[in-house]
Amino acid sequence: MAGKTVRRLLQGNEACAEGALYAGCNFFGGYPITPSTEIAETLSRELPKRGGKWIQMEDEIASIASIVGASIAGAKALTATSGPGLSLKQEVLGYACLTEIPCVLINVMRGGPSTGYPTGPSQADIMQAKWGTHGDHPVITLTPSTVPEIFTETIRAFNLAEKYRTPVFVFYDEILGHMREAVELPEQGVIEVVDRAKPEGKPEDYNPYDTSYEVAPLAPFGKGRRFHITGLNHNDDGFPTNDSTKIDEGNRRIMAKIDNNVSDIESTEEYLMDDAEVIVFAFGSTARSARFAVNRAREKGIKAGLFRPITMWPFPEKALKKAADKAKSIIVPEMNLGQTILEVERVTGHGTIVGLQRVDGEPIHPTEIIELIEKHS
Amino acid sequence: MSDRYELRFSGSGGQGMILAGIVMTEAATIYDDKIAVQSQSYGPESRGGASKAEVIISDGPIDYPKATAIDCMLALTQEAATKYHKDIKDDGILLVDSDEVKDIPTGKFTVYKFPIIETARKELGKEIVANIISLGMITALIGVIKESAVEEAVLSRVPAAFKDLNKKALQIGFEKAKELKANA
Repeated sequence: MAGKTVRRLLQGNEACAEGALYAGCNFFGGYPITPSTEIAETLSRELPKRGGKWIQMEDEIASIASIVGASIAGAKALTATSGPGLSLKQEVLGYACLTEIPCVLINVMRGGPSTGYPTGPSQADIMQAKWGTHGDHPVITLTPSTVPEIFTETIRAFNLAEKYRTPVFVFYDEILGHMREAVELPEQGVIEVVDRAKPEGKPEDYNPYDTSYEVAPLAPFGKGRRFHITGLNHNDDGFPTNDSTKIDEGNRRIMAKIDNNVSDIESTEEYLMDDAEVIVFAFGSTARSARFAVNRAREKGIKAGLFRPITMWPFPEKALKKAADKAKSIIVPEMNLGQTILEVERVTGHGTIVGLQRVDGEPIHPTEIIELIEKHS
Repeated sequence: MSDRYELRFSGSGGQGMILAGIVMTEAATIYDDKIAVQSQSYGPESRGGASKAEVIISDGPIDYPKATAIDCMLALTQEAATKYHKDIKDDGILLVDSDEVKDIPTGKFTVYKFPIIETARKELGKEIVANIISLGMITALIGVIKESAVEEAVLSRVPAAFKDLNKKALQIGFEKAKELKANA
């Protein structure tokens, strides 16, 4: 379908807000924090114009609680934060995982731990995305690396949240949040938008956790179907259970709905990988430094390539394993003290994996990567 | 034009350096036919402290969004000139405010000196448009983006009541830079 496309210069955070609106987001609950504030700011302007709701809550925990509540009532809900806020939101994120409430959380990464370095970039929350809240729980995390990709990945985040009834994260760093690039904003209908499945049948027969489905339809609260939601392990009807069979079934099911659909959720970019002997594994803005380095290395006759996870969680295990089998070495630059390198080691078992880590609030410079490519080619 | 043309606008927080970068990027990508990326760096304070915006312009996709070898840099304060000049190319350009930057950084690049803030105050009665005069000067010095594209970008960003002021500021910038270039 040929739509009317508008080309605009947007900041990463503005592109995120545009993506949310495109996906049908009609509720934002947040507690503004640098470097994510422009998401809240843009939506505070745009949502009321379109009949949506925008609220600044009293803190981060209330913010995530507000979007979970809004989603239960049928809204497509978003919150945006940075590291300190992400830490505070963990309790309710676990609740959303277990109760299977779709929602989207944007984390614009700044230096940490604690309040750290608000205006500098970081990629040090990437493991918190996976392990932040307690208990085994499903995690989908998308890691765009350009401003146009922040727009499309935010749409995809809403689609995945709706489809799999689970919280979905979009993680990018301060550089991407604040930088500007031209973005093509297509007319509605050009990019697919997914809405959650609606329950059918008699209201009195409705079970919010009907195990005959892989993902049970979620009825909007207060609109004809009465049901119970709890953060305790529960039966199909949503009430707490002590039945070990049901507890086991529920815990496995929320993981399986993601694990069984990895091919639908996974997204990677392989750049100059066909004959690559040195692979750079990088995401977010670091992938842009890596791409620059790979291009320069190629000019020098070194067969370098870039493997970039666009979906970080679930981790692109098969694709990376396949790519790594042919490689002489793997370079893993990241703005933290070695987080995704652990996954690269686990998945590939490769003998030459070299980390490049930076936590001084500055981006990884392409020349740092070029040096390592040359050394390990 | 090489595959990366790199600009850095630097000064102190509140002088509109980031806005200058945004307008240049908008001129390149929306009103001209280039690809451009703008990034910025600043401290936790919103006023004061060294602040910089960087713009990479290209005919093709841009990977690394920050400056690596600068073609042209503006410095409105001594602190910015001292802190940020190191990445300027040998054949690059440094434009400084001559009242503010007394200790001119040394290098193989060409230095242009002009009382930018004073000109904004004297000729337009508003120091606040020093960034727009600077933008005009940079545009004329580098010749990479059409002057008309920069003008469209500036006018699209300012409220109606300030269009005239900004248009004048930009024109002053174009003219002064051409004079500097002619006398160099």
